[in-house]
Amino acid sequence: MMLGKTAGGLFWMFRYLERAENTARLLEAGWRIALTRTGEAENEWQSVITTAGLAQQFNAAHDEYDAPEVIDFLLRGKTNPTSVLASLAAARSNARLVRTALSSEVWEATNECWMEAKALLARPVSERTLYDTLARIKFRSAVVRGALHGTMLRNDIFSFARLGTFIERGDNTARILDVKYYVLLPATALVGTRIDNAQWENILRSVSAEQSYHWLNGGQTSPMGIAEFLILDRRMPRSLAFCCQKIGENLGQLAQEYGTRHPSHDLADRMCARMNENTIQSIFEAGLHEFLTDSILDMGQIASLIETDYRFYR
Amino acid sequence: MSSEEKPFDEMLERGVAPRGPYKAYYEWFQGENLKHLRRKSADAEAFFRRIGITFNVYGQDEADERLIPFDIVPRIIAADEWARLERGIEQRVRAINAFLHDIYHRQEILRAGRVPREIIAGNEAFLPEMIGVDPPGGVYTHIVGVDLVRTGPDEFFVLEDNARTPSGVSYMLENRETMLQMFPELFSRLKVRPVSRYPQRLRRSLAECAPPGVATANPVVAVLTPGIHNSAYFEHSFLADQMGAELVESGDLRIENGRVAMRTTQGYEPIDVLYRRVDDAFLDPLTFNPDSLLGVPGIMDVYRAGNITIANAPGTGIADDKALYSYMPDIVEFYTGETALLKNVPTWRCSEPDALAYVLENLKELVVKEVHGSGGYGMLVGPAASRKELAAFESKLRARPANYIAQPTLALSTVPILAKSGLAPRHVDLRPFVLVSPERITMMPGGLTRVALKKGSLVVNSSQGGGTKDTWVLGD
Repeated sequence: MMLGKTAGGLFWMFRYLERAENTARLLEAGWRIALTRTGEAENEWQSVITTAGLAQQFNAAHDEYDAPEVIDFLLRGKTNPTSVLASLAAARSNARLVRTALSSEVWEATNECWMEAKALLARPVSERTLYDTLARIKFRSAVVRGALHGTMLRNDIFSFARLGTFIERGDNTARILDVKYYVLLPATALVGTRIDNAQWENILRSVSAEQSYHWLNGGQTSPMGIAEFLILDRRMPRSLAFCCQKIGENLGQLAQEYGTRHPSHDLADRMCARMNENTIQSIFEAGLHEFLTDSILDMGQIASLIETDYRFYR
Repeated sequence: MSSEEKPFDEMLERGVAPRGPYKAYYEWFQGENLKHLRRKSADAEAFFRRIGITFNVYGQDEADERLIPFDIVPRIIAADEWARLERGIEQRVRAINAFLHDIYHRQEILRAGRVPREIIAGNEAFLPEMIGVDPPGGVYTHIVGVDLVRTGPDEFFVLEDNARTPSGVSYMLENRETMLQMFPELFSRLKVRPVSRYPQRLRRSLAECAPPGVATANPVVAVLTPGIHNSAYFEHSFLADQMGAELVESGDLRIENGRVAMRTTQGYEPIDVLYRRVDDAFLDPLTFNPDSLLGVPGIMDVYRAGNITIANAPGTGIADDKALYSYMPDIVEFYTGETALLKNVPTWRCSEPDALAYVLENLKELVVKEVHGSGGYGMLVGPAASRKELAAFESKLRARPANYIAQPTLALSTVPILAKSGLAPRHVDLRPFVLVSPERITMMPGGLTRVALKKGSLVVNSSQGGGTKDTWVLGD
């Protein structure tokens, strides 16, 4: 037996943790481009802010995409409700709410993650320490995930935690691709130019996938290859297909444990089918942007179905 | 018992020789390195922060979670000292339950004139809604925390009976856990009685109080918390977790088919026993404070119908009201037929003109407390007060004498803390925790020792600069 509130708390705890980590990755990739290609820095920071879905909040307080300001906004901006610091605080607050459902190791890892982030982000982070700060945050977040895998029962608690993780992750990957989808299109891509190569690398870096992509593709980089890798490749733990599969699996576990299917199960089936039935060619033919937009909508919808089906709030 | 006397030091007799229960510890301490011990002390703080045993300070920023300072020198109580305390507390707790039953039924004690009617009738802690209600198993105070102070080898006084929702038991448990991790060698030298079974005992005790209609041998127990921002939230979640009970808030609950039910991922499930950490006034907006968002509308109807156990029962506050405190020796005698084993602190009821005159005359020597205050707020410690504070309190006393009681300033016993220069005596009190069910009264050997960290201070409340110590009760 689990309280609906507890299920919701677990779901959001892991969504926020994933979001903090994703923002850290995005920031790292943006930083990399700004360092190596100063001419494009402003565009790059703009797309980082757009990917994070924070254009409105950012523009309300800033006139231009200036590196220190973007960095500070994403890490600890007071007007940014999903800054890394705010996300980790929200994750921890949800963890406190559901503490009875967590192993002490998961709770302590979450609490320590927040304590360290709070200390690291108490003041603006200088460009000099940015890389180390991001590395610490990713590390702390990895410890939470490790504790989850190593110490928690594989029951409904685990399923709700994982659902939060994969919905946030799938949403994030779809957004990264959608903001940059035009550089992946064959029509506009000047194949082989340095500009596009850098953009492609950056997409991969935003999901920490540059090494695994090259390892699998032997150094051959192509826009369609990248899109296929991040959308359809089930070996890639941040791809849309992988996230959909995990969402389906975790919902399946809940159906089995509770003996009831809900509307969220039907949507998960459709989401998985969409990934199975498409090839990267068919996606490009029908429109990459449309495919990604639908994926983002699906992620939003399945989140709200799960919320209703499992009585998070009423 | 004047404040000029040197207070009783529980560890060192005449400042040099360790008393019986502290001998082994003192010997060990002499062989320890002070710097090393201070590092341990810092480790303990880091440990508390990591596990998140913090409390929120009311009126402060939400992010401001404080630690209650922990002192690594244990407070040690001998087996025979404890046995005496245990008997006295058990007697007192029985009397309190009998008193509550009586006061909400026939009121024999009022008829007998042992307690004046006005004290009950005009008291906010007395709930007319509870008149004639029979709590499941006849238990009113499922959990009691009796505050004791000590002034000599055999001199223990009850300072307060916490019969509503006593808190602090999580510190008793986590303090012990910390000491076990930091000083395992001490636990092999000394026979310290364990307290770790408290959560299981609490669950058993609550289950034994389940409503008679509950068919299941394993009743559904839930802990009701005001929520994540409450200062004692850590304790609420800790106890729920350790007991294997659900931790619920108002928003999780509603009345369904005449039962209190909680919203689970699979619909509403009824609750049999609700260990509530919400005050009476907020328990049911339909019966008490209509603005309460912390309670369950209609829970009192379910309760009166005998379909849920509320622990502690509503209305138990009348038993630990400060206005009633001075009558406790009579209450114990009235219901048990025995003389109270534990002493009360002599108390002047300022509602009585003679007493008021005495109190005003001797304000500098006395401790004056608000009848309904708690947490060390609204209190005057005469010997420590400035002239201005004394004058202010004098006019308060004259304006509303019935709002105050006064007690002599007790020379509270001291136990050393680890200060910069080594051991330094500080005043302490003790709150043991008692569980009551129809089957038994259970006391954990130990409790929460609160310590005034400031030299000479007598105020041990965490909100006023107090800390805690682990409390060791030795085996035979």
